[in-house]
Amino acid sequence: MKSTRESYGEFLLNKGYEDKNIVVFDADLANATCTKLFKNEFPNRHFDMGISEQDMVGTACGMALSLKKVFASSFAMFLAGRAYEQIRNTAAYSNIDINFCATHSGLAVGEDGATHQCIEDIALMNVIPNMKIFCPADDISTKKILDICLKEKGPKYIRLGRNKAIDIYSDLDNFKLGGSHTFGNGADGTIFAIGNTVSIALQAKQKLEQEGINVRVVDLYSIKPIDRDNIIKCAKQTDKLVSIEDHSVIGGIGSIISNVLTEEYPKKLVKLGVQDKFGKSGDIENLYKMYGITCEKIIEVFK
Amino acid sequence: MENLEKVAKSIRKDIIDMIYTAGSGHPGGSLSCVEILVALYHRAMNLELDSNNQRIDKFILSKGHASSCYYAVLSSKGYIPREDLKTFRKYDSYLEGHPCIKINGVDVSSGSLGQGLSIANGMALSKKISNEKGYVYCLVGDGEIEEGQIWEACMSANKYNLDNLILFIDNNGLQIDGSINDVKSVDNLDEKFSSFGFYVQSVNGHDFDEILTAIDNAKKSKMPNVIIAKTIKGKGVSFMENDEKWHGKKLTQEDYKNAIDQLL
Repeated sequence: MKSTRESYGEFLLNKGYEDKNIVVFDADLANATCTKLFKNEFPNRHFDMGISEQDMVGTACGMALSLKKVFASSFAMFLAGRAYEQIRNTAAYSNIDINFCATHSGLAVGEDGATHQCIEDIALMNVIPNMKIFCPADDISTKKILDICLKEKGPKYIRLGRNKAIDIYSDLDNFKLGGSHTFGNGADGTIFAIGNTVSIALQAKQKLEQEGINVRVVDLYSIKPIDRDNIIKCAKQTDKLVSIEDHSVIGGIGSIISNVLTEEYPKKLVKLGVQDKFGKSGDIENLYKMYGITCEKIIEVFK
Repeated sequence: MENLEKVAKSIRKDIIDMIYTAGSGHPGGSLSCVEILVALYHRAMNLELDSNNQRIDKFILSKGHASSCYYAVLSSKGYIPREDLKTFRKYDSYLEGHPCIKINGVDVSSGSLGQGLSIANGMALSKKISNEKGYVYCLVGDGEIEEGQIWEACMSANKYNLDNLILFIDNNGLQIDGSINDVKSVDNLDEKFSSFGFYVQSVNGHDFDEILTAIDNAKKSKMPNVIIAKTIKGKGVSFMENDEKWHGKKLTQEDYKNAIDQLL
């Protein structure tokens, strides 16, 4: 069990040996984003731009335009937030091949509180043309998704977390752009989740089964493009729909699923997540309880 | 050798033609940087491609609103068909109001101020770590450097000692809301850049000899370079000169006739 940021750091280190064209940018957070693993081994290909995310994004884009394979990292707040316009106007408008790996996303940042808890990044990135968005749930999915990013063209935003993530996938599982992963085939309901909430959803699935309620869990790891077909299929095949995310329900996966449903198969969706509020300091367990991002809240939907 | 003064005059005429036909655009800041772009594209820059199909010398127009000048100069070098210039800023044209990467010869979309120097730094840094020859040129406006990202980028250029970077400042002294000194003073540019670790040169931005000599000097320096080009906003069209109203303004038929008369 390790955090998805640690998996990211290990991925970079591993790929760094294979591909001398990989370069990594950071903004004074190399320890926290785990790019330090790469920095220690390949100091000449790691660029610490200091506390200046806007400059980091621009410089990283210039490097990417010069055909380097670029990974740029900071906390989600400072990458999607502070450098938003640089990502939009320089990276995405020019459709530059670049990877923005944003760690410390959501309330799960914990004790640092609201100023550091980015619960808007999916919404911000989703409205940018050309952008692709991924949110892996565990170690294996992080590494396999980053592998996809190395091959995919254009700008990509990869949403990573600070906390330890429960292992969910095995080496046999496969991932693809625009894909999703479905656990089970229960017809009583579908729980859509991303990142940290996938393991919460799986817990709820297990508890519901003990009560004779059979649901399926869908990990929407590819947020843009989203797996429309699977969303529609689940809406048709299952009774109740619920989404759960460590993100604002405005513009998060709940909104994205709703958009798909209204366009093709209108159906009620219960959206669990941050309800138009700022975060606050605390430990993840209590914060998730406070903001209603829990196994119990999911179970309530089926009662 | 090609007469640069003559080229500059024809570029100025193109700028006026394009903005008049478009019914909108930015004449003031396009006319002020004509000599800088002509000196770069017609003399200083190595426009050949390397084995990776990348231009050996690169140019980023950070002050993207000078697109009419940029497109006219790119056209003069064969990147953009001449007849396309009259489609500038139109709905069915690819010649966007601000530079777009889809345009032949344009290496990155730009125009949201403050962002170009970081991109240029990234290109210069890439050349350094890959031991590739060539220079990266970037043009910013003097109003533009009120953006904080410019100074973040200056610190980066210094940190990585980007001596293959040659930054131009189009120092025409005016921005949309008035004189730079009134809106937000960026006085003592030379001292500012010098303290940020740049090799600073100041030139008359309408004098080709001064511009080209400064570029030669910059190539010999072992530091990131800035060439502060003192210019006149609206240069070449008397009624536009030193008047911020001509930053972004369309030309009436009469304006057009008067302007063209001065450029024949």
